[in-house]
Amino acid sequence: MAETIGFYTLSVLILGLAVLVVTAKNTVHSILFLVMNFLCVAVVYVVLQAEFLAVIQVLVYAGGIVVLYLIVVMLVNLKGEAEAHQDPRRLSVIGLALAGAVLLELAGILVYSSGSDATVPSSEAVAFPVQGNVEELGWLLYTDYLIPFEVASVLLLVAMIGAILLARREV
Amino acid sequence: MIDTIVIPLLKIAVLVNGVLVAVTFTVLMERKVIAWAQSRLGPMRVGPYGILQAIVDPIKLILKEDITPAKADKWMFTLAPILSLVPALVVFAVVPFGGDELFYVTDINVGLLFIIAVTSIGVYGIILAGWASNSKYPLLASLRASAQLISYEIAVTMTLVSVILTAGTLSMIGIVEAQQEAGFWFFFVQPVAFVLVLIGGLAETNRAPFDMPEAEQELTGGFHTEYSGMRFSMFFLAEYANMLVISAVVVVLFWGGWLRPFPNVAALSFLDFIPSWVWFFGKMFGFLYLFIWIRATLPRYRYDQLMRLGWKVLIPIAIGNIVVTAVVKVLL
Amino acid sequence: MMEITTVHYTVLSAALFSIGVIGVLVRRNIIIIFMAIELMLNAVNINLVAHAHRLENLVGEVFVVFVIAVAAAEAAVGLGIILAFFRNKETVNIDEMNVMRW
Repeated sequence: MAETIGFYTLSVLILGLAVLVVTAKNTVHSILFLVMNFLCVAVVYVVLQAEFLAVIQVLVYAGGIVVLYLIVVMLVNLKGEAEAHQDPRRLSVIGLALAGAVLLELAGILVYSSGSDATVPSSEAVAFPVQGNVEELGWLLYTDYLIPFEVASVLLLVAMIGAILLARREV
Repeated sequence: MIDTIVIPLLKIAVLVNGVLVAVTFTVLMERKVIAWAQSRLGPMRVGPYGILQAIVDPIKLILKEDITPAKADKWMFTLAPILSLVPALVVFAVVPFGGDELFYVTDINVGLLFIIAVTSIGVYGIILAGWASNSKYPLLASLRASAQLISYEIAVTMTLVSVILTAGTLSMIGIVEAQQEAGFWFFFVQPVAFVLVLIGGLAETNRAPFDMPEAEQELTGGFHTEYSGMRFSMFFLAEYANMLVISAVVVVLFWGGWLRPFPNVAALSFLDFIPSWVWFFGKMFGFLYLFIWIRATLPRYRYDQLMRLGWKVLIPIAIGNIVVTAVVKVLL
Repeated sequence: MMEITTVHYTVLSAALFSIGVIGVLVRRNIIIIFMAIELMLNAVNINLVAHAHRLENLVGEVFVVFVIAVAAAEAAVGLGIILAFFRNKETVNIDEMNVMRW
C-alpha cells in the first residue's frame, strides 16, 4: 500500500518536473526543475534497492553535471529570453507528432512483451563472495566488466581534455 | 509503527533543534576565541561573560528588515538560503554521536557517500544566491565560490576513497567499528588523509584561510551581499552548520568517533565510565576550536593560489594516498 | 490497489523518454535541448534499474554506472562546444547555429 502511494507520487513528481523542464521559459528555472527531477529519480533508485546508484545519481548528476550546466548558463548570461514557441520556421507540430510516434512504439513494445509471459532468463546464480549492494557492484565492475571500466575511465579523461581545450580562451 | 516512524521523528526534531542551538553558540565561541587570540575580551555585556549573546544575535537578525532587490528573481532569491541550510542539516541524519542506537537517526550502508552527495547539493545555494541577486559583485563572488567548492570536493572525495579502503565499509558506524576492531584510530594509519580532509573541509565550508568568496574586504560581502535579515542568517547558520558537519565527519573517520583512546587496551578501561557521547562531543569541540584557531591565525589565500592548491597539490597527493593505501592493504 | 510491478517502472521510463524527445524536437534553446537529452538518459537508467531489481542480477546497475559516466563526459564536451560557439556568435538559438564557418 505504501509502496503504491510512493510510486504514484514519485511518478507524478518525476513526469511533472520533466514537463516543467521542457516548457519553462527561464533557463535557470529549467535547470532547477532538472535538479529536482534527478533527486526524485534517486528516490526511485532507493525504492528499487539500488542505494549506491541513488547516491551516485545525486553526487554525479545532480551535484556535478547540473552544476556545470548552471555555471555555463551564467557565463552565457541568459536571462529569460522571450522565446516565441510559435515560430513558423520551427515545425513543432511535426516534433510533437514524432514524439507521439515514439511513445506509441514504446507502448507497443510493452504490450507485446508483457503479453507473452516469457520465461525469466535464469540469471546465473553467481555466488558472490561479498554481500551488499556496493560490494556486489564493485565485485562485478572489477572482475567481469573490468575492460569497460577501464575504457570508461579513458573516455572521461578524453572528455576532460576535450572540454578544457574547447572552452579555453584563445590568447 | 512506533519504532519506524515516531522515534526517528523525535530524534530528528531533537537533532535539528540541537544543531541550530549549537550553531548559535558556535558563533559566540568564534567571537570569543578570536577575541582572546587578539588580546581582547569579545562580547561581555549581554549575560555573564557574554553568554546570552548567542540568543540575542539571532533575535536581532530575525527582527531586521527583509529586503528583496527590485529586479531579483523572487523565487530563487528565497530558495537559495534554503538550499544552503537544508543539506547541512540533512547530513546529521547519518552521523553517529555515540555507541548506542539512541545516538544516531539511521545507519545506511552508503553513509559516507551520502554525506559527500548531500554536501555537493549545498553548492546550489551559493550559485543561486549570486544569480538571483541580479547584481555584478554577488554573481562574480558566487561563481568563484562555486568553482572553489567543486574543486575541493574532488580532492576530499578522492581522499575519502583511501579512508574507505582502510575501513572496508561505507557505513559511518561500520567505520567506527573498524577502528574499534583494529584497536587504534585511523589517524595513526592515514595521517596524510587526515590533513587533506582537514584542508579540503576548510575550503568546502568557505572558512579562513579559504574564505575569499565572502570576505568583506574582497567583493563587498561576496554572494550574500544583497541578503539581509532572516535570509542572511540562514546563510550564516549554513556556514557554521557545515563547519559542525566537517568536524563530526573528521572525528568519525579519523579520531575514533565515540571510542576512547586505544579502545582495545584493557589497561585503560578505567576510562570507560565516561559515556561515549562525551568522547564524541569533546573531540568535535576540539576540532571546532582548531578551525577557529586557524581563522584567527592564517592570512587569506588569493583566488588563484587557492585553485592551484586544490588542483595541483591536493588532488595528486590524494591519488598518491589511494595508491599507497591500496598497495599496503594488498600486501598486509 | 494494484501491486507495483516492473511494467509500472517501464511505463514511467517510457513516458519520461517521450517528454525528453518532445524537448529535443520542440525547443530551440540548445541548453534546454541538452537537458532534455539528460532526461532521456535518466529514463533509460530507470528502466535498467527496474529490470535489474526484477531479475536480481546486478548487470543492469553496472550498465547504469557506465551510462552515468558517458552522460557526464557528453555534458562536459557539449557545454565546451556551446561555450566555444557562443564566444563567436553570441547566440544559443540552434536555428541560428547553421553555418560551419563565418
